[in-house]
Amino acid sequence: MNFSEVIQQLVNGISLGSLYGLVAIGYTMVYGVLRLINFAHGDIMMVGTYMAFFGVSAFLLPWWASFIFAMVLAALLGVVIDKVAYKPLRSASRISSLITAIGVSFLLENLFLVLFGGVPKAFPIPKLFAGSLNIGGVILPFVSIFAPVLGIVFLLILLQLLHHTKYGMAMRALSLDIETTRIMGVNVDAVISLVFAIGSALAAAGGILWSLKYPSINPLMGILPGLKAFAAAVLGGIGDVTGAAIGGFIIGVSEILIVAIFPELAGYKDAFAFLLLILVLLFKPTGIMGKDLGGRF
Amino acid sequence: MLKVSNLNVYYGVIHALKGISFNVPEGKIITLIGSNGAGKSSTLKAIAGLVNTKGSIKFLGGEIAGSKAHLVSKKGIAKVPEGRKVFANLTVLENLRMGGFNRDRNTLEKGYNEVFNIFPVLKERAKQLAGTLSGGEQQMLALGRAMMSEPALLMLDEPSLGLAPKIVSEVFDIIKELNRKGMTILLVEQNAAQALKISDYGYVLENGKITLEDKASNLIVNEQVRKSYLGEM
Ligand SMILES: Nc1ncnc2c1ncn2[C@@H]1O[C@H](COP(=O)(O)OP(=O)(O)OP(=O)(O)O)[C@@H](O)[C@H]1O
Ligand SMILES: [Mg+2]
Repeated sequence: MNFSEVIQQLVNGISLGSLYGLVAIGYTMVYGVLRLINFAHGDIMMVGTYMAFFGVSAFLLPWWASFIFAMVLAALLGVVIDKVAYKPLRSASRISSLITAIGVSFLLENLFLVLFGGVPKAFPIPKLFAGSLNIGGVILPFVSIFAPVLGIVFLLILLQLLHHTKYGMAMRALSLDIETTRIMGVNVDAVISLVFAIGSALAAAGGILWSLKYPSINPLMGILPGLKAFAAAVLGGIGDVTGAAIGGFIIGVSEILIVAIFPELAGYKDAFAFLLLILVLLFKPTGIMGKDLGGRF
Repeated sequence: MLKVSNLNVYYGVIHALKGISFNVPEGKIITLIGSNGAGKSSTLKAIAGLVNTKGSIKFLGGEIAGSKAHLVSKKGIAKVPEGRKVFANLTVLENLRMGGFNRDRNTLEKGYNEVFNIFPVLKERAKQLAGTLSGGEQQMLALGRAMMSEPALLMLDEPSLGLAPKIVSEVFDIIKELNRKGMTILLVEQNAAQALKISDYGYVLENGKITLEDKASNLIVNEQVRKSYLGEM
């Protein structure tokens, strides 16, 4: 590989990583407050992407409006899933919620298969993102620039919310001790809804960016990115928002680079995320940014 | 101010509180004493809205049994939980901010200053993570955090637990002082001697039932109380 190819692949990796990171943040936030791995999270990403698809192709909204429309609907979906499926199990054993999450995941996948069929649909790419930039032989698709920029903007907004607003502070307190947070006068159910809303909206954003990169959507499209984002969240230290973003970038970049360096391994590319996860956990069981106690965000 | 009647708490098949009744009049310090597992914490949790209950809990004339915990807090009841439970991953200042979660922003500064006046050490440690404080400092933070909501009724669950005798006296002095300034207090303690000394009235809780009640000054000299709770043979 020559220099410009390396840069090219790095940009690809970073842009893929920011998608994983956006989805990973939802996993990590929900885990932080409820100690629940929301296995339906990848499917919420899928639903969000479909909503953007319908926004553009059925409701003829401009792309940015359908982007927002999809994030809002995904946020609502996340909140409803929590209220209907997880909230009744708050005091049950954790394994019950986990199994329920897997159930919700199957439900969403199969519901969308029934409603919209399994044939992939072409995701409409706005003109703005169709082009690319050529800098000294390095070709940078607009999407690959847009994705990490948007990912980092969302991350910064979220960190600002977590560390400089009272509801963000309540989320951090909640991640440590739900009962004590309640007696401070915090409406914990509302804060948990907010967490689901934020995580799901970011997953939708990740899904839409994903589809701008790989413009073919189907009801099972959330599974693999969802699992890799989950790996990213654990890799970064589950419960830690910055860790989730870092984990996403690491998995995205290494996946692309390994395939670029060893093209013969391309068939195994989906396994790298998990191999990397196993390796990191062997040496640092709490993940990169994770702590044993406290500091969940 | 607080009137509890025929209060029951169940944890599955365990009947932890078996129909207890007691009163906390405005401006007083009331103590519940009892040994491990008697149901002291359950009583405070029931009032705070943290567990399901049967029976009536009247606060300032309104029924609060069955209310959600955050609404009970908004009505003016604060609790210092057993084992302090400061938010270890938040700074001292953020812990205080959590205590004043529903307080008007404009009066927050005044609240911090009141807490720092009573606990100067918390001011020095304001930017430090609460988890790094000593046990005594954490108890002070838990107290300060509860004060931040300007509660009409302050409930304390074993504030002396795990503290050195000198710090225990300090904590009880502060409770007495808060009461003198007008705060009504419901105290739960195994350390019966010191608790009764600062209290107006006391109840003895055994196996989820109230077996004895009297003026605190009478309980201190009560034969049965001395034997069971004051460690005298
Ligand atoms: N979450 C729970 N699930 C089941 N049983 C519980 C639960 N919490 C308390 N109990 C039981 O209820 C009874 C009363 O407990 P509680 O914590 O109120 O006692 P306590 O007087 O505060 O004791 P201690 O002095 O040890 O703090 C005990 O028998 C206890 O085992
Ligand atoms: Mg107790």
